Amino acid sequence: MQPLVSLDSLTVAFNGVKVLDGISLSVGRGEAVGLVGESGSGKSVTWLAALGLLPKTAAVSGSVKLEGTEILGAAPATMDRVRGGRVAMIFQDPASALNPVLTIRRQVGESLALHRGLSGAAIHAEARRLLDLVGIPDADRRLSAYPHEFSGGQNQRIMIAMALAGNPDLLIADEPTTALDATIQAQILELIRRVRRETGMAIVLISHDLGVVAENCDRVAVMYAGRVVEEAPSAELFDDPRHPYAHGLIGSLPPIDGPRRRLTAIAGTVPDPKAMPQGCAFAPRCGQAAAPCGTKPPGLRAVGENRRVACVIDRHAGATDIIGQAAE
Amino acid sequence: MTAPLVSVDRLVRIYRMRTGMFGRPRGVCAVDGVTFSINRGETLGLVGESGSGKSTTGRLVLGLENSDAGSVAFNGSRLPAMDTPEWRASRARMQMIFQDPLGALDRRLPIAAQVREPLDIHAVEDEAFRTARVQELMRSVRLSDDVGQRYPHELSGGQRQRAVLARALATKPDFLVCDEPVSALDVSIQAQVVNLLIDLQAELDLTMLFISHDLRVVRQISERVAVMYLGRVVELGNADDLFVSPQHPYTQALVSASPAPGRRRGERIVLSGDPPNPAAKPSGCAFHPRCPSAFARCRAEAPALVEVAPDRSVACHLTGLESPAAVALGAVA
Amino acid sequence: MARYFAIRIGRAMITIALVVTFAFVVLRLSGDPALIIMGPEAPPEVIAAFRKAWGLDDPIWMQYFDYFGAIAKGELGRSMRDGRPAIALVLERIPATLTLTIPALLLKLAIGIPGGIFAALHRGSLIDRAVMIGAVAGFTVPSFVLGLVLVLIFAVQLGWLPSGGQETWRHAILPVFTLGIGGAAVLARFTRSAMLEVLGQSYIRTASAKGVSWRAVVLSHALPNAAIPTVTIIGFMVGTLIAGAVVVESVFSWPGVGRLLVVAVANRDLAVVQCILLLVAATMVTSNLIVDFLYGFLDPRLRSREAAGAH
Repeated sequence: MQPLVSLDSLTVAFNGVKVLDGISLSVGRGEAVGLVGESGSGKSVTWLAALGLLPKTAAVSGSVKLEGTEILGAAPATMDRVRGGRVAMIFQDPASALNPVLTIRRQVGESLALHRGLSGAAIHAEARRLLDLVGIPDADRRLSAYPHEFSGGQNQRIMIAMALAGNPDLLIADEPTTALDATIQAQILELIRRVRRETGMAIVLISHDLGVVAENCDRVAVMYAGRVVEEAPSAELFDDPRHPYAHGLIGSLPPIDGPRRRLTAIAGTVPDPKAMPQGCAFAPRCGQAAAPCGTKPPGLRAVGENRRVACVIDRHAGATDIIGQAAE
Repeated sequence: MTAPLVSVDRLVRIYRMRTGMFGRPRGVCAVDGVTFSINRGETLGLVGESGSGKSTTGRLVLGLENSDAGSVAFNGSRLPAMDTPEWRASRARMQMIFQDPLGALDRRLPIAAQVREPLDIHAVEDEAFRTARVQELMRSVRLSDDVGQRYPHELSGGQRQRAVLARALATKPDFLVCDEPVSALDVSIQAQVVNLLIDLQAELDLTMLFISHDLRVVRQISERVAVMYLGRVVELGNADDLFVSPQHPYTQALVSASPAPGRRRGERIVLSGDPPNPAAKPSGCAFHPRCPSAFARCRAEAPALVEVAPDRSVACHLTGLESPAAVALGAVA
Repeated sequence: MARYFAIRIGRAMITIALVVTFAFVVLRLSGDPALIIMGPEAPPEVIAAFRKAWGLDDPIWMQYFDYFGAIAKGELGRSMRDGRPAIALVLERIPATLTLTIPALLLKLAIGIPGGIFAALHRGSLIDRAVMIGAVAGFTVPSFVLGLVLVLIFAVQLGWLPSGGQETWRHAILPVFTLGIGGAAVLARFTRSAMLEVLGQSYIRTASAKGVSWRAVVLSHALPNAAIPTVTIIGFMVGTLIAGAVVVESVFSWPGVGRLLVVAVANRDLAVVQCILLLVAATMVTSNLIVDFLYGFLDPRLRSREAAGAH
């Protein structure tokens, strides 16, 4: 079955410096995909590039297909229809992501007018329905309010309402709960789950918080220094990560229950995009690096039914059992 | 049993604000009667969301702000008043590290000079000793020697936090308050710094107050934990037990909201309502508007923090000494 | 709302009083009007009589109270040079000044704002750089230099336009242009940075992510936000409508309030100077009040804060 969105060899460079190096990822209808990574991994840039939201100074190449149709480099009018109407995006820090001088009705109504062709009283009615859906009390009166009159959690709900206004098939949530308190985070994630159940919308959840991604996504992709290093079903990834970075990342999460153990601390820091290592980007910090790791970057290879790992070393088969060099 | 190193008794801090030039002054109660103690060599984790008053408590415990009521005792005696010579001298015994290491460091001074500064201020020994101590400190936080000559903006987030830690430990303090020290760092760097803190605590017999909103990190590093909500401690106890069987409804919600991979998807507790506003505190128990188990008494009367089991105190009308929960914990024979 | 204004009007009154006090003191300390107006050759009895007639022998604090007492009654004094009421002198010059400053203000708005917006939208391009260089040149060159250079080129060399005086509408072209260019440059630069600041905000990205066309993003999302800081500068420019042309009026011999001020100061014609200053302070303060009011209209965040503060 054709995936809803598929990215193929997506590459982004700013002034000649590559920040994204050949990302290939796909999202099926109704699926929940998680994208995990630390700073410099490129997880946000991936989707900003896919939706054409990067500034003109960014050089984007590769392929982005929406149900088989190529949208990378499409005309601005086409992209305006895709954004919000087919693929919606919500961001971190909802307080600054809403226009402070426009009312909520105006901001939600804008999407309704653009993608559903509504106007006048119909906009008010539908906007009210959306606010009710996301749990904003007293929606009718609150439509005339401004973003600063709401709390952070409520602002994020409004963002979700705005995103839903266009009836998108896919929602990209870029760190939607990072700036919020833990209990509010739980509310927002519960809301997103409920919306998905009711509308069958697909979602890409981008986060640096492994726990959030684990609990809310079917499939997870781990990114490091502009590349996808492992992709697997959620439960499998967290039970048995294959890539040394994924392994280290999961090990550095303190457990909330069970016995305490010393946290895995990956030595070193993320490489500077201007000075990326020759071969595998993670090799300088990898405890299992061997000679072939330094020559060229490993591509994603299939491991089992629905996993891919970008590593030439098989962690399972003992210390350094190097998979066939010609594999590429 | 030896006396605790730090003892906090019914601490209160009210911020008075004027609304506008001719407005009436209002009081916002940030800390509302907080009591706990920390034993030598132990770490107490202080957990809460925004508006809980945990950062203010941290500053009060160090004497960086004067409390409006209640007291803080360090090593048996009351903290000296701010800005007195005794207070300044006590800085060598207790220190603090913060969330933003870049803001905590002077942009114009190289790292080694900043790590050295506390030694100069407290006139510790002599030149040679101080230089050697700086090197020792840098090594203990696992920063290489050349880092000492660099400036803060040339370092990574993790390195900066370690530099701040080295500076805080310069005068061999007994007590360290950490206010969200790893929240701004990447997960793998967090792990580095948390491991470092645990190692240093064991090495130096440090007593710590670790303030954070992240339960997972708090559990990793603390022996005991206090959960705060709108200026009050709602639950206090042993870290492991508290997270495995939380008694206060707020703690239960907090634990449920902490996402963790591989956890059995038990019943998710999602609190309704908005996060608390310290300027508009509810009557009675501050948590009652959002509490799934609130009843009439909760609106009228604020529950006191009572010990319901050995090493577990809860401030909730539902967990009095005769409640089923207390029986379950073995408080009542 | 009424309280909001009451506070601001109160502060405005204090500002005006301070300005006038300052002028009062400085003028009296820096020279003797009697000597200057009567001339250095005048006999001492004449000087003494002049001083007595105008109350200049009284202690300074008494003169000060007399002056404020007179203002309260609505009398703003008389010119020491020709004995006419100061206010009449000033009022008859205002139309001339406004003939320059109002078109100049329109010029500033017409060039400065679009220029700034355009530069911000095409940041880094050749056009942006050209606009910025032009802007820097515009506000670095002092107005009298610019005025004199323009006179040199257009009046002397080319003979297209007259160099001074106020006879025909053609006489207004060079002064208006001189006045307008400096302000347009400032406005362009300011508008550009306000726009850039706004365009870098997260809500602009949200609007694009919603599928709003770039044109609509700029017009409906960016401009209303960029207007807020820009209105401050425009307010300031409006405040200088009465006396903002002092230098230009002198360069082009334009008989407006600015020229009157220069002459009055030179002569230590106290009442006239004080009257002009009072007027300038009042205009500036009024335009600030209007700007404050506009803020409330443009920025909803300020409305609630003021409402909260009033309780």
